[in-house]
Amino acid sequence: MPARSDHSRDIDIEFRGVSRHYGEIRAVDGIDLSVPKGTFFSFLGPSGCGKTTSLRMIAGFEQPTAGDVLIEGSSVVGTPPHRRPVNMVFQHYALFPHLNVFDNIAYGLRQRAPRPARAEITRRVGETLDLVRLGGFESRRVWELSGGQQQRVALARALINKPTVLLLDEPMAALDRKLRRDMQIELQTLQRDVGITFVLVTHDQEEALSMSDSICIMRHGRIVQAGGARELYDEPVNRYVADFVGKSNFLDGTVADTGASGAVLRLADGRTIAGRYTSTATPLAREAKACIAVRPELVSITAAQKPAGGMAVNAPARVKNRIYLGEQTEYLVAAEGLGDILAMASKTSELASGGFSPGDEVVIGWPESAALVLAEE
Amino acid sequence: MMKRAGIRSGNGVTAMLLLPTTLWFLLLLVMPLVVILVFSFGERAPAGGYQAAFTFEQYLNLPARLKAFTNTLTLAPLGTLICVLMAYPLAYYLAVRAGERVKVMLLVLVIVPFWTSFLIRTYAWIYILGGRGIPQLLELVGIEDVRLINTPTAVLIGIVYGYLPLMIFPIYVSLEKLDKRLLEASGDLGASPWRTFLQVTLPLSAPGLVTGSLLVFILLMGEYLIPALLGGGKVFFVGNALVDLFLQSRNWPYGSAVAIGLVAIMMVAIAIYLAMVGRQQARDDVSLV
Ligand SMILES: Nc1ncnc2c1ncn2[C@@H]1O[C@H](COP(=O)(O)OP(=O)(O)OP(=O)(O)O)[C@@H](O)[C@H]1O
Ligand SMILES: [Mg+2]
Repeated sequence: MPARSDHSRDIDIEFRGVSRHYGEIRAVDGIDLSVPKGTFFSFLGPSGCGKTTSLRMIAGFEQPTAGDVLIEGSSVVGTPPHRRPVNMVFQHYALFPHLNVFDNIAYGLRQRAPRPARAEITRRVGETLDLVRLGGFESRRVWELSGGQQQRVALARALINKPTVLLLDEPMAALDRKLRRDMQIELQTLQRDVGITFVLVTHDQEEALSMSDSICIMRHGRIVQAGGARELYDEPVNRYVADFVGKSNFLDGTVADTGASGAVLRLADGRTIAGRYTSTATPLAREAKACIAVRPELVSITAAQKPAGGMAVNAPARVKNRIYLGEQTEYLVAAEGLGDILAMASKTSELASGGFSPGDEVVIGWPESAALVLAEE
Repeated sequence: MMKRAGIRSGNGVTAMLLLPTTLWFLLLLVMPLVVILVFSFGERAPAGGYQAAFTFEQYLNLPARLKAFTNTLTLAPLGTLICVLMAYPLAYYLAVRAGERVKVMLLVLVIVPFWTSFLIRTYAWIYILGGRGIPQLLELVGIEDVRLINTPTAVLIGIVYGYLPLMIFPIYVSLEKLDKRLLEASGDLGASPWRTFLQVTLPLSAPGLVTGSLLVFILLMGEYLIPALLGGGKVFFVGNALVDLFLQSRNWPYGSAVAIGLVAIMMVAIAIYLAMVGRQQARDDVSLV
């Protein structure tokens, strides 16, 4: 094992050029990342992008075909799962059907050498059950529990071991929407309380964004962008990230002019639109294919007679559809020369404008800072 | 519960559905047993067969056939045990480790022997274990004077050969059903592979183990062909004694008493076994079914 480096004390998980290939399939393809201690970290990406494989390499169920996986600064390549200081909450919980709730949760403690005293085990199981708010469920059969309760048992079974890192593989996938929301909040609170590093796998961007300190967006076994929720949302590195995280309007074109902080794109009809580069993007070359991305909530929508001031782009449009979402209203408009544009109007702006109906003539626009110039990939 | 509901509602359909089962039960199980029970208290007719009487003489004579009982009661459990020990690793390999193609091939290999008659295959073993089979091969490497045929070892080999597949399948099925992620979960929680086996794999495959061993044990208690062919009259089971008594000496009442003795022993043995398993299950908090 290599000597611990100085900063290793603060880094729980580190990937150095990690790959996992299955013959021709590159499940994970050269990943570098580090997860600081106490972080809520997420792997986010579409199905088959290598999230589970990455998690399983931390747990020890898979070995990298190249690169190095480090836990607390020491390489764990070749270390079997039962000797790693991490615990996992499995996708469908994988609770032991022949054991009751108590024995499921006590399982990890009983593998210790020396094995803790019976009273100690009972005390810790009780504590952990209280932590996941399942006190009094000790003697229940696991298959008698509801989905949400099973998930808590799975969580307790992992947490009782006080792992360095808790791994969670789509723990919420089997829960209904309401319960999922509750569990997300609970999990986040729990993570702050116990202070353990959490590594979550999900393909639900909302889930990742709302819970994580740090998110790693993956595609085809590679990392596209890693950062906090705000950075991914406001400063996407390319179109893929902007598309995956939240909603965006995209206008395709070629770079007509480029500077240090922004560029002007020429659209198919010859019209030019200016935008800024995101802090994570590298400036593009002239004539490169690119797109302008505008978040719907940054698109202003006003009555045709009174266009909003200070907009870099102003385009007449006709309302095609309106969806009332409660706190916001979503408009789909056909804008002249720009195609279909999605605009999100807040409650206050709706009150000011009085709202619009399908067929209404409107003007849409956005300030230059709202237009992001992004590379296609 | 369903049965009770059906009867309470006086449902004729339920009665009709139960009719074949009831008939089968009465005709094939209860009647012969009653006949044998009645016979066992009778006397042998002078020309052989049964003659009505009420005497315990047949039962008092049972110790004369003690050897058949002790042979059966040692070789049947021993054979079952060897079958378990050999079948489990194979079933485990098939269900947990083997790739899809190897698995299919091995499963076919387990089934293939059933395509020829058991009698013929056991005859083949007479040759293999006989003077010109394995003993001759052993002589080639310098091991002289090995006698296999007509020994308990030969009977055991025959038993394991014949009954192994019956043990493999139930164990295989229960291991195949086992969720492999449970094994990962166990490892993840700090259990070594060996402890994972003891704490997860074994308890969860217990139903298959119990089914397989009961099946093999019950059939072995009544076994007759293997000792007849490979034991050569020297190693005989209760089954051989029965053939002898019913077909050769035509002492039906004594044969009946021996048969009842076997049934009684078997019932006691199975009851003890199930009680042991039940206690184990209760301790592990496992539900069998
Ligand atoms: N044991 C394996 N053998 C061959 N290919 C595999 C194996 N495990 C995973 N893969 C492949 O590796 C790729 C990544 O798989 P992985 O399970 O990591 O995806 P994922 O991001 O977790 O997807 P999902 O959201 O659907 O769970 C997939 O293309 C998958 O088919
Ligand atoms: Mg997955």
